[in-house]
Amino acid sequence: MTVDQVVTNRFLERADAKGLLDVAVTTMDSPVGKLLLVATPKGLVRIAFEDENRDDVLGEVAEHLSPRILEAPRRLDPVRRELDKYFAGRLRDFEVPIDWSLTGVFARRVLRRTARIPYGSVASYRDVAVGVGTPRGARAVGNALGSNPIPVVVPCHRVVRTGGAIGGYGGGLPRKRYLLALEAG
Amino acid sequence: MSTVKSTALPPFQLVFDEHANAVLTFLTGAVGSFEAEDCFQETMLSALRAYPGLGDASNLRGWLFTIARRKAIDAHRARARRPMPVADPDPGSTPNAHPETDEVLWDQVRSLPVKQRKAVVLRFAGDRSYPEIAAAMSTTQDSARQSVHEGLKKLRRELR
Repeated sequence: MTVDQVVTNRFLERADAKGLLDVAVTTMDSPVGKLLLVATPKGLVRIAFEDENRDDVLGEVAEHLSPRILEAPRRLDPVRRELDKYFAGRLRDFEVPIDWSLTGVFARRVLRRTARIPYGSVASYRDVAVGVGTPRGARAVGNALGSNPIPVVVPCHRVVRTGGAIGGYGGGLPRKRYLLALEAG
Repeated sequence: MSTVKSTALPPFQLVFDEHANAVLTFLTGAVGSFEAEDCFQETMLSALRAYPGLGDASNLRGWLFTIARRKAIDAHRARARRPMPVADPDPGSTPNAHPETDEVLWDQVRSLPVKQRKAVVLRFAGDRSYPEIAAAMSTTQDSARQSVHEGLKKLRRELR
């Protein structure tokens, strides 16, 4: 007996209706490669580029949030739609809700501040450090950005070195250059 | 990172991918194809509900089949006109007195050739009569009898 898509979808619907779908995952294609999208009922909690190991990413989510993880593409439709528009140059500000559960206190402050850097512009690590009230903490800011669990949507690619050098990027510099060029239009 | 809830349970999706077909096959044999999907959904929902509290991830298959057996018994009970296939007064507490022996037996049943496996499951897990088995397998009663007989012979040999 094979469990087909119809049976699987019914299971997903019932799990969702009973509040048992703690974590929904899906993948999508993008100009920066396949993206793994992960959401809880609170919002988008994780985006992983394809060079991160899927099992490791989901294992971490299982450990820190819940092992009730299921492939439920429909739950992630709003996120996918916004990302598609963003990569097509037709969306400047993401509106999908964010679940910050995978970030610590300091990183969360840094990432929230980063999320306010406008589309198409950049800020320096030092700017962000000042913005979160730790002017000498540029390095700590760099670390927090490097561990950004929701790249692209939380635009850590908009943070560069003072003086304009591109700095680092968790997803690799080619992706950072691509995103900055996309936003430069 | 925020609160750590320990446990090294894999994402439930992996459990589903790995065992869903076997569970549905077992249930189809145990309760018939009409009720198999309902039982399957009940089994997977119960499993999903209980999953985060599961202390031991070493025998996920056995755990799933225990739930599936319980759901199959429930389904049989619900069919008031049918005689109960399993004499068990309290499925909640002791669904099965010898889970390990049972698991070994089912593993052997699963490794039988397809026809024998179907016939044995229908006969003993599903408590079906030979005419019903013959109908379910689109074959004759004699052939159904023969498959059950061969299957049992093989099981006896392997479990000795």
